[in-house]
Amino acid sequence: MQRIGVFVCHCGSNIAATVDVSKVAEMALMEPGVVHAEDYQYMCSEAGQAKIADAIHEKKLTGIVVCSCSPRMHEATFRKAAERAGLNPYMVEIANIREHCSWIHKDMEEATKKAVILMRAAVAKVNLNTPLQPGESRVTKRALIIGGGIAGIQTALDIADAGYEVDIVEKTPSIGGRMSQLDKTFPTLDCSACILTPKMVEASAHEKIKIYTYSEVENVSGFVGDFTVDIRKKARSVDMDKCTGCGVCQEKCPSKKAPSEFNRGLNNRSAIYTPFAQAIPNVPVIDREACIKFKTGKCGICSKVCQAGAIDYEQKDEIITEKYGAIVVATGFDTINLDKYDEYAYSQSKDVITSLELERVMNAAGPTHGHLERLSDGKAPKEMVFIQCVGSRCSDDRGKPYCSKICCMYTAKHAMLIRDKYPDVNVTVFYIDVRTPGKNFDEFYRRAVEQYGVNYIKGQVGKVIPQPNGKLLVQGSDLLDNRQILKEADMVVLATAIEPNPDVRKIATMLTASIDTNNFLTEAHAKLRPVESPTAGIFLSGVCQGPKDIPETVAQAGAAAVKAIGLLAKDKLMTNPCTAHSDELLCNGCSTCENVCPYGAITYEDKEVNDHGIREVRRLAVVNSALCQGCGACTVACPSGAMDLQGFSNRQIIAEVDAICR
Amino acid sequence: MSSNKKKQAELIEEISGVNPLKCMKCGKCSATCPSYNEMDIKPHQFVSYVINEDVESLVNSKSLWKCLSCFACVERCPRDVKPGKLIDAARQMVVRQRNNTYLSPDEIPELLDPELPQQLLVSAFRRYRR
Amino acid sequence: MSIENKSFRPKIVAFCCNWCSYAGADLAGSSRLSYPADVKIIRVPCSCRVNPMFILRAFEKGADGVIMCGCHPGDCHYSTGNFYARRRMTLLFSMLDYIGVENGRTRVEWVSAAEGVKFSDTMNSFVEKIYSLGENVRLGDLRCRN
Repeated sequence: MQRIGVFVCHCGSNIAATVDVSKVAEMALMEPGVVHAEDYQYMCSEAGQAKIADAIHEKKLTGIVVCSCSPRMHEATFRKAAERAGLNPYMVEIANIREHCSWIHKDMEEATKKAVILMRAAVAKVNLNTPLQPGESRVTKRALIIGGGIAGIQTALDIADAGYEVDIVEKTPSIGGRMSQLDKTFPTLDCSACILTPKMVEASAHEKIKIYTYSEVENVSGFVGDFTVDIRKKARSVDMDKCTGCGVCQEKCPSKKAPSEFNRGLNNRSAIYTPFAQAIPNVPVIDREACIKFKTGKCGICSKVCQAGAIDYEQKDEIITEKYGAIVVATGFDTINLDKYDEYAYSQSKDVITSLELERVMNAAGPTHGHLERLSDGKAPKEMVFIQCVGSRCSDDRGKPYCSKICCMYTAKHAMLIRDKYPDVNVTVFYIDVRTPGKNFDEFYRRAVEQYGVNYIKGQVGKVIPQPNGKLLVQGSDLLDNRQILKEADMVVLATAIEPNPDVRKIATMLTASIDTNNFLTEAHAKLRPVESPTAGIFLSGVCQGPKDIPETVAQAGAAAVKAIGLLAKDKLMTNPCTAHSDELLCNGCSTCENVCPYGAITYEDKEVNDHGIREVRRLAVVNSALCQGCGACTVACPSGAMDLQGFSNRQIIAEVDAICR
Repeated sequence: MSSNKKKQAELIEEISGVNPLKCMKCGKCSATCPSYNEMDIKPHQFVSYVINEDVESLVNSKSLWKCLSCFACVERCPRDVKPGKLIDAARQMVVRQRNNTYLSPDEIPELLDPELPQQLLVSAFRRYRR
Repeated sequence: MSIENKSFRPKIVAFCCNWCSYAGADLAGSSRLSYPADVKIIRVPCSCRVNPMFILRAFEKGADGVIMCGCHPGDCHYSTGNFYARRRMTLLFSMLDYIGVENGRTRVEWVSAAEGVKFSDTMNSFVEKIYSLGENVRLGDLRCRN
């Protein structure tokens, strides 16, 4: 028989305001096995934990129930406290009477009743708990970064500087990401390339960093400390070792009709290309869809002009399998598709562009060589309209419900740069709210208004109508003056909402990392563990976790690196002891469990058993507890009931069911 | 009196099926409205009139009958607030307050013409006196 | 044996997987999204840990409804667990319906860790359904009745 202690936490007034905590403690004493019950203001405090330790010593407790907040919050705290007092940590169970009771109910009597039942279920479970011993697993001291934008580069540099090997996997032919597409950055107006390229060079030159560009993660298996990852190196058709990066092939390539991804499709590139001049690695890729050689078999000019003989049309995709201890997701973002926003005439007029496209237009390496001009006729605009919140803050199915966070600032930046460089251009910004929290952000926005004379109008644009004379008629509202505005503009710029990279869902599934309804990766705790995924060993860096600007991304990248280093610095990890195990006498060796196990943790062995005096050799299931992650699929699949899960055994769950239905 | 005002506002919300509290005051409805200049209360203001339980003013406004029900605001509202439906609901309220403007359900079968489109039947049911 | 609906308080057992739905329930809690106190949550590592036996046991012991929540299909922390759960429950629920435990008393719902609102909405609608169905008299262990 267990000797159980029940500890009821007030959590200040969070629990005590709606649950009669002393009543819960009082009722606990009537439960079988309970020899001690008390309530205390803050069970998780040092004094609260001391109370648990004292009771363990004084009453010789063998099991603990803490009625408090969610086990996802403080289970680890209380287990450690019990362990320090000499109790096996797995003899602790939590009754969640805060998130699942006091916070959602208002009626004291009702909430108290429910809290008592939740306490009973936990006591019933602890009665059947057994001490468990965690095993150990090794840590591969190498990290994988998925995504080679500023987030991925920064994380890689930070981990590599700590002395660990890092691999970056980047889908496109070069690292650099979105930041390499930007012209200037707010609020200091630094040239984006000038601050990014040194980092790119540093990453590529770092002896601990290996970069796989034009590559994708194909498969992930294993678990924290010991992931096995298949990386598909897509056929570049150019030998990375031989290529000198002279660029002659790109010059001579006769196929120059493929839309440039880097310039957002605003101009064309050759079939053999590097995305931009500062690309790293500076080795081109043949776009096989656009290449004449691949389409018709005739051409091969690039091969002829290449002095180094680096062109290889026969190259095939290559799969590399590597082991990693930690994985950092840094997949970044894209702008949303504007097909559903036909009122802004994005698809009808070339002069309606997104802000990211404007970045390319303003950039000296962009399609207009940095001259602000209309993309339809090349004329200099005189009247420009910026529209904010295009697709952001929408509760309908056309857009995104969240605020994209960066648009207010980059629009102020664009407006300011245009007014600075082209003082004769009138700039009008339609806004719903101007949101500028951040260091020197509001000052920046005020400068756009006060110093540069940008016309901010509170209101939204309802429609953009392309006119026969090539102008764009913008119909908007001015809510402060209470009037409707009709304005002829030469160019319209849409502050398009950002969304997580569409590939992130696929990657999240591979990593079994949770993802929210907007495809942002979920963090382990919204406030206290913002760079970790709930899945152990997976860390989050940059916009894949939520909208953020460059300084925040870099800060988060560093935080993710620290968390990954903290993991890689360990030699061994404690494994979860809540694993499956098979009862030798019940197992009939049918292989059902082996088939449902997602980790291949179950194998079969011929073993001698002593079944009530009969000694015989039987084929039995054996669980490798280092591989078992404790999902419990096998326990339900087992037809003979031999398989059970430690920590969540059949008897324990049934005891909980019984206690709830009592 | 104030409870009556509240009831009216609730009735508007019920008829329209719109939750005016979802509005984020972006003004896209007013930006897109073709009869904006004809209106005394502008489309984006419909919402605050309902929130402030001042349906009376809405009902007595010129806007009530100036709205074309083109539903441009309904189509483009990013927050699913649909000011066009609110003003339509206010109109419904006025129509309903005139007595005997409805057919009773019992009378329908006799009046029924198999050629009649379903939609016409519904609108007739809503609009015409006997 | 009919029971006045006013005095009837159903017993509802909710099995929630640790990674998605339990976290979703936590989020519902920290967002103060209320649902009736009749729902009691049991934490399981994965929806595939829910043995049909547990559900039968709940009904045997007088539960009026059982709901099982897991990660969205394809998002399971253990890759495939919720697919097994989905198949098992489909089979179990049709069998339960056959022996008189109406389909409304059993439900499978996918709730992610970010869907606190969905969790509370689901629980509200499920409890409402159980109220409309009344007390469950099938499967109950007669020895447990007083």
